[in-house]
Amino acid sequence: MEKIFKNLSLISASLVLVLLVSIFISLFNSAKPAIDEFGLGFITESAWEKDVPIENSVSHLADDAKKIKQEPATFEDDILAAYNDEDDTLTKTIYGGLIPIVGTLLSTLIAMVFALPIAMGIAVFLAEIAPKQISNVVGIAIELLAAIPSIIFGMWGLFYFAPIIQSVVGGYQVSLLTAGLVLGVMILPFMAAITRDSMRTTPDVLKESAYALGATKFEVIKDVIFPYSKKGIIGSVILALGRALGETMAVAFLIGSVFLMPHKLSDPTVSIPVAMANNFGEATGLTLSSLFYLAFLLFIISFLVISIAKFYFLRKAD
Amino acid sequence: MRLTLNKIVLLLSTISALIGLAFLGWILITLIAKGLSSFHISLFFKDLIDGGLRNLIIGQFIIAGIASLIGIPIGMLAGIYLQEYGRGKFVRLIRDLSDIMMSAPSIVIGAFVYAVVVAPTGGTSGFAGSIALAIMMIPIVINTTDNMLSLVPIELREAGMALGASKYRVILDVIIKAAKVGIMTGLLLSFARIIGETAPLLFTSETSNYFSLDLTEAYPSLTVSIYNLANDPTSASRDLAWAASFILTILVLLINLVGRYITRHKG
Repeated sequence: MEKIFKNLSLISASLVLVLLVSIFISLFNSAKPAIDEFGLGFITESAWEKDVPIENSVSHLADDAKKIKQEPATFEDDILAAYNDEDDTLTKTIYGGLIPIVGTLLSTLIAMVFALPIAMGIAVFLAEIAPKQISNVVGIAIELLAAIPSIIFGMWGLFYFAPIIQSVVGGYQVSLLTAGLVLGVMILPFMAAITRDSMRTTPDVLKESAYALGATKFEVIKDVIFPYSKKGIIGSVILALGRALGETMAVAFLIGSVFLMPHKLSDPTVSIPVAMANNFGEATGLTLSSLFYLAFLLFIISFLVISIAKFYFLRKAD
Repeated sequence: MRLTLNKIVLLLSTISALIGLAFLGWILITLIAKGLSSFHISLFFKDLIDGGLRNLIIGQFIIAGIASLIGIPIGMLAGIYLQEYGRGKFVRLIRDLSDIMMSAPSIVIGAFVYAVVVAPTGGTSGFAGSIALAIMMIPIVINTTDNMLSLVPIELREAGMALGASKYRVILDVIIKAAKVGIMTGLLLSFARIIGETAPLLFTSETSNYFSLDLTEAYPSLTVSIYNLANDPTSASRDLAWAASFILTILVLLINLVGRYITRHKG
């Protein structure tokens, strides 16, 4: 019995490794047709589901032209040439990930620019300024906000937030800007809560010594708390960034979900998660494997971002 | 000068806290106002096909419930392994990987389950949805169990072993019992986290307009239907989406509050 229990627990623990490896392998395998077809050029290609002439048709045409020059043309040849011509304009559909990749990065960037200063302010307020009781109540409120399902943020954003942004900035209701801002609102409580936790690790003795030397609260925050908890704060911010990169529902309502390169903030575009959410269901063949290619890229990017946050910045001293 | 600067910074920071709270208030007020005006008790007794939410709420609970039945035992056993049995590098690796998995994009988990369950079985199903949510849940449960067990004093383990009990008996009867409250809270919070998920269900369970107990076909999901309803141009659909969002949010917040209450009063 002891043995069975121990082995069961070992198997369960190993399952984490197995799951991650199989996620990696199965995403790669499903993306394989697209990877073989487009290679790394996928990342810099901005066309999505665009028909282009097959490349070797050009040389084919040239050959045909030579033949026609060499032999006096007959009516049959003309028809044959016309038939060949039609054959030569055969197209293939190409897919590129540039637009969703740019959309993901830009919406995340907007979210971070918006959320970072506010989250820092909230964290400082909770950790240092507010009296204990207010800090507790506001802290719980912020944590509850972090627990609200992201689809609620998306709906609120679409029906209430976006019209206001539109009336200020102009352009469309669904745009890179509104998507980024709603994403910012969504990661705000998460970022504030974990940043506050990092700040709270500063030992009271250090703060008290600084106060005893006559430092103001701001100086204590700037010269004691920030330097002490710097790593933790940066780690928390990167973790929030990782969450924003992979967020689907808060963005899906607002980004517009069109494969267009945004030229200004008020343009609609698409992000990787949203491209998947809205196209996966009906996709087959090369479309599907291109979506898997995007999923594979997103998985690798967020794996790297989260690893950096967790293992470089947030590693607890063992 | 120093004092003025100090005042300015403290003021800015208080203002940002107010901005944060204003957004929370705005979202909650919107949700309550729109939710209550669209809410009617009959929504609980009709299925989506008749303009109600009954099948969706039950369906979401069943999908998340089965996910918990899969995810909780696996996660707890893995957490027990990390804390009680494992040694050295392997434990560290699993802990790190589980941490990473906890923050992995949920839509990618959905794509993975699509590739290994939906595509081979030929279609979306309730089971596929449950598997996707279980994968999301496992690292959260591991993290909770691992942390809570680490708080149990070593003396309890030694006392148990000294009585001659085998190790798994000590773990089940002594250590888990000692960490019961913390683990319960963690499990509640992880359930609250997965029941509000949409992205991993979009192409695994999909959703359905009808009540169903057959987990081998597309299964009614509250969150996926909210997404579809909110994108529908008719105002009736949108109202239903708000009512559904209202119910979902109340549910998630209630579970969170119960979790907090348990920790505070029984911990």
